[in-house]
Amino acid sequence: MTDQNHDEIPEVIPDYVEPAAPPSLDSEAAEKAAAERDIAVGVGETLVEIDNLSVKFGGLTALDSVSFDIKRGEILGLIGPNGAGKTTCFNAMTGVYKPSGGDVRLEGVSLLRKKQHTITRMGLARTFQNIRLWGEMTALENVAVGLDTRHHTSLFGAMFGIPRHRREERSSIERGMALLEFVGIADAAMTKASALPYGHQRRLEIARALATDPKLLCLDEPAAGFNPAEKENLMELIRSIRDDGYTVLLIEHDMKLVMGVTDRIVVLEFGKLLAEGPPKEIRENPAVISAYLGEEAQV
Amino acid sequence: MSTEPVLGSEGAQKHLEELAEHANKPGRFAGLNQWWEQQPRVKQWAILLPIAAIVFFLPVINPPIITTEPGNDWPLACFDMARFALVALGLNVVVGQAGLLDLGYVGFFAVGSYVAALWTSPDSSAVHIPYLWTLPLAMLVTVVFGVCLGIPTLRLRGDYLAIVTLGFGEIIRLLATIIPAMRGQQGFKEVGHPPGTGSDGVPIFTNNHGTPWYMLTVGIIVLVMILLGNIERSRVGRAWIAIREDEDAAEIMGVPTFKFKIWAFATGAAIGGLSGALFAGQVGFVNNQKFDVVTSVLFLCAVILGGSGNKLGVIIGGALVSYIPNRFTSIADYKYLIFGVALVLLMIFRSQGLIGARAHLLAYARSARARTRELAARRRTPEPTPDPAQEAAS
Repeated sequence: MTDQNHDEIPEVIPDYVEPAAPPSLDSEAAEKAAAERDIAVGVGETLVEIDNLSVKFGGLTALDSVSFDIKRGEILGLIGPNGAGKTTCFNAMTGVYKPSGGDVRLEGVSLLRKKQHTITRMGLARTFQNIRLWGEMTALENVAVGLDTRHHTSLFGAMFGIPRHRREERSSIERGMALLEFVGIADAAMTKASALPYGHQRRLEIARALATDPKLLCLDEPAAGFNPAEKENLMELIRSIRDDGYTVLLIEHDMKLVMGVTDRIVVLEFGKLLAEGPPKEIRENPAVISAYLGEEAQV
Repeated sequence: MSTEPVLGSEGAQKHLEELAEHANKPGRFAGLNQWWEQQPRVKQWAILLPIAAIVFFLPVINPPIITTEPGNDWPLACFDMARFALVALGLNVVVGQAGLLDLGYVGFFAVGSYVAALWTSPDSSAVHIPYLWTLPLAMLVTVVFGVCLGIPTLRLRGDYLAIVTLGFGEIIRLLATIIPAMRGQQGFKEVGHPPGTGSDGVPIFTNNHGTPWYMLTVGIIVLVMILLGNIERSRVGRAWIAIREDEDAAEIMGVPTFKFKIWAFATGAAIGGLSGALFAGQVGFVNNQKFDVVTSVLFLCAVILGGSGNKLGVIIGGALVSYIPNRFTSIADYKYLIFGVALVLLMIFRSQGLIGARAHLLAYARSARARTRELAARRRTPEPTPDPAQEAAS
């Protein structure tokens, strides 16, 4: 981890690292974070189907009939050059953009025409490329808002402090602290989000997304602006999230990170699906090399 | 990779430690606030109760210098302060917490006043009910108005919402003018008041006797503050702040923002209506002259002056906005100029308002704070043989 060479651009794409063995039982924090969840049943089954998804902005086709599946319990990498449509794909899945064609299905249920908060409640959570925390709230409060998806107290329940409200509030603290411990920023639970250092804000975003209890966690360039050591740590975190039974969709520019952490990769170019397969295959795929990895591969 | 805790680089780690320490140590400026938070509940009450007593008996005490006499009757001035404070408290829910700029808040205040007038004044042909019953009724009716206004308009944001609410305030005022049953400028006389007569047979609540009205209003303010505090430290309060800070992010994180915005509007409207009904009762006369846009702006001024988002702040802001023109009668004509300049200065030097401390949004924050402190302490004195599992948990 203290390797100085991390600062330089790797000359060759690092070897595909075998994913760590699933459920690491020694991790107390992981168990806490996964409390109250069904640990992934049916690993390997299709969780999300993206079926001929198209997004058009006026005359520009940002996403052109893209189809791929996300399997339960995997870390799927979504890569492609700038403007390839990665974030557009993300936004179409989470309901920010209305797709012009195709369908997105979570466990067989279409997400189209669903409200954004409904999609999140159905089990699809995301982080943002440009961090979007609620700056005036503390780290723990940010996570507590994420936990809202599982709470049901009404205005009157809160006003008069009914037992359910108190139970939910206690569990907010418990679960919130457990999640902050899981991502490693529990010390800063009572610090305003805007006062946190950059790296911790990224971690807080992940904790907040995990708080919604997602079936699929979408990370939009979580390593942007990280130094190599921090990236190394982030890879660890992403693996431990998967080991906890979450499925992860990862958009990332950093090849080392993507190759090191994902089980499978989907490559987009100019809004079209270019290739799909395990990292090893993708690294050797001539189309991908010429379109995306060309320069690095020829070094 | 070992089972190292998933933490950032060493530099960031150090920064985090500093942050954690800072969070637990009184800062230079936030010293008082930090100190206050660390006191046990009992001690907090011990300090609060005498202050509350002084505030409650303010019209009786009639402190020299501070008093508005001889220019204005002091107990009546006190009631006016309390009324403004209550309005500010309600508007704060909408503007300060949910971040919805409402320029027509006087509309809800007007609806509350008219509800009290319509059901108690002899000038009205409606069924007459005891005055105190008009308080919950006024809240109910304004909630209906709030929801009706909210459903079509809360899809709008920022300036657009402000313009629509501005229109709403005017619509209410104009309706009072053009609907014959609302009696326009002629208005309703002898609006009811709470029951009860003193030992000399004179009613306790009269138009020119401010003290009982003041005490009633302060009692209501305390009750409203407690209930609003409960809401603040719940999922509702957190959702409001999240909507204020970044509405899109809130929606994407699973918060049904539309529902929470309607709740904010309804809560704010109810308090505005309550305040209006109290005002109508005290003055005893309601017509269409007191509910103009400028009053809305004055309400908003109270919220921003005191500290948008802070309950205590907006109460002080509301009281000040009412107090200054009453105390300094010679400059009362220039009150809008003075408040305008005050707002500009405030935005330059203290944009968070007079009392701008952030609100607490967790009902059981104390246990989390204790845990954070414990974690920081554990980090400073590492255990001799750290258990890898425990390390990962920290």
